[in-house]
Amino acid sequence: MSGLTLPEPERDARRVLGLTSMTWMRLLAPGLLGLLFLAGWEALVEMRGIPPYVLPGPVEIARTLVRDWSSLSVSLLVTLQITAAALAVAAGLGLLLAVVFAQSRMIELSLFPYAVILQVTPIVAIAPLIIIWVDDVWASLLICAWIVAFFPVLSNTTLGLNATDRNLEDLFRLYRASRWQLLWRLRLPTALPYFLAGLRISGGLALIGAIVAEFVAGTGGNASGLAFRILEAGYQLQIPRMFAALVLVSGTGIAIFLALTLLSHLLLRRWHESAVDRRR
Amino acid sequence: MSGLALQGVAKRYATGTLAVQGVELTVVEGDFVALLGPSGCGKSTLLRLIAGLDAPTAGRIEPSPEARRDIGFVFQEPTLMPWATALGNVTLPLILAGVPKPEARARAMAALESVGLTDQHGAYPRTLSGGMRMRVSIARALVTRPRLLLMDEPFAALDEITRFRLNNDLLALWERERFTVVFVTHSVFESVYLARRVLVMASRPGRIAADLPIDAPQPRDEAFRTSAGYAAQCRAVSESLHLAMAA
Ligand SMILES: Nc1ncnc2c1ncn2[C@@H]1O[C@H](COP(=O)(O)OP(=O)(O)O)[C@@H](O)[C@H]1O
Ligand SMILES: [Mg+2]
Repeated sequence: MSGLTLPEPERDARRVLGLTSMTWMRLLAPGLLGLLFLAGWEALVEMRGIPPYVLPGPVEIARTLVRDWSSLSVSLLVTLQITAAALAVAAGLGLLLAVVFAQSRMIELSLFPYAVILQVTPIVAIAPLIIIWVDDVWASLLICAWIVAFFPVLSNTTLGLNATDRNLEDLFRLYRASRWQLLWRLRLPTALPYFLAGLRISGGLALIGAIVAEFVAGTGGNASGLAFRILEAGYQLQIPRMFAALVLVSGTGIAIFLALTLLSHLLLRRWHESAVDRRR
Repeated sequence: MSGLALQGVAKRYATGTLAVQGVELTVVEGDFVALLGPSGCGKSTLLRLIAGLDAPTAGRIEPSPEARRDIGFVFQEPTLMPWATALGNVTLPLILAGVPKPEARARAMAALESVGLTDQHGAYPRTLSGGMRMRVSIARALVTRPRLLLMDEPFAALDEITRFRLNNDLLALWERERFTVVFVTHSVFESVYLARRVLVMASRPGRIAADLPIDAPQPRDEAFRTSAGYAAQCRAVSESLHLAMAA
């Protein structure tokens, strides 16, 4: 190594509580900005005396969240279940269909346009139909969320399965690899980063799909998710409760994104450039 | 198993390019042959035809590439699977051939040892230097104990010091195993240092313009690189290359 560059341990030494100064900055800077924003919001509401049914302050929202936790948490669980199930089905079917596409150009050419049609049709427009056709509310919500979440996994994985290194393909051919070996040992590993990138997009979309479908379904009872709580609070002009449900929706979205980012990092960190620390 | 024979081999790509034409070539078993020529003259094409990765549009290749399973191929880039360790990459040809895992592992470790990478067997390609990656690539080509080793400008992307070291390592492996080598290069110096026979190629369409035996002490070592005999033969090959390029 050249003596001119700063040796690695020197930079790594500046760790506080196990995190590097860069990581701390990445956490603290947006955190501080968020706190400032909340404080400004609270101050505005307080000073102007804005009533809670127009705009509740963050403290009021937090209080509502705690007070109504028993009913809100049930709805959170419902929305989470639909989202998770839709994402799982989207990931499984997307991957499976992409593999089928990779095996047969004919099937890909025949089916891909329909996947695109499914993707570009606004879910709000077809959700009522699905809800009418499918008896079970839970299943109809799942289908709506799945339709929205499905495409990124399919298109990304299809792209990845076709992104194999030409020389590696030749190598596999030289050693008389079977179709199955080629898929399992070359095409699927090549597609993994693409699949995971698609999954990260799909995670957010599955939540949006679930929420939109709940809005359209508008049902109460045992299958009522967070969207229904927002609707209900809106009708009853319980604005703090509406905000509390909204906070839970956003929180869920962030949690899904972080979980999928972590999954991607764990699976790729050893070998993929996207997961490698760029400041090496 | 005999060496290798090409008769009237030609390859025209779908684009219409006539990459090689009328190639006549015989390589005896255990020989070390260099294919030397300017870039674009059809060296890679010829090597791919010999490996059976492409089919010739005319001519015969004996023994037929489809029938043989004793070929090792080293590309210009290391061409490693980034998701697999050095060991994982070297076991690949054996796994594809259905060799049981423990045996494949043991043989891959032996191949890694032969290129001096025992300690790096668990490393992923991105953490290895260019020279080490190429060593992994060579270990992978050798792990099936091929009788014919095809190398397509394997050291072209490496620095000179690393290239010289890998030249010597390759010669040592060849002295030990005596597989047949067809080594593609565009370096006069490399071809004379390594090969027992240098085939000079001419372009458009690619063909073999000269066939020059190299006279050198066996086994070769660094002293040969600075000898008068080496310099004289480099000059002769260089002149022949210029003649071929002018033709
Ligand atoms: N797959 C291909 N399709 C069409 N033309 C090709 C292909 N591969 C090589 N060629 C052409 O064939 C000629 C010989 O190429 P190549 O064998 O790669 O030469 P070299 O390895 O000596 O540089 C070049 O003119 C090149 O453009
Ligand atoms: Mg080439």
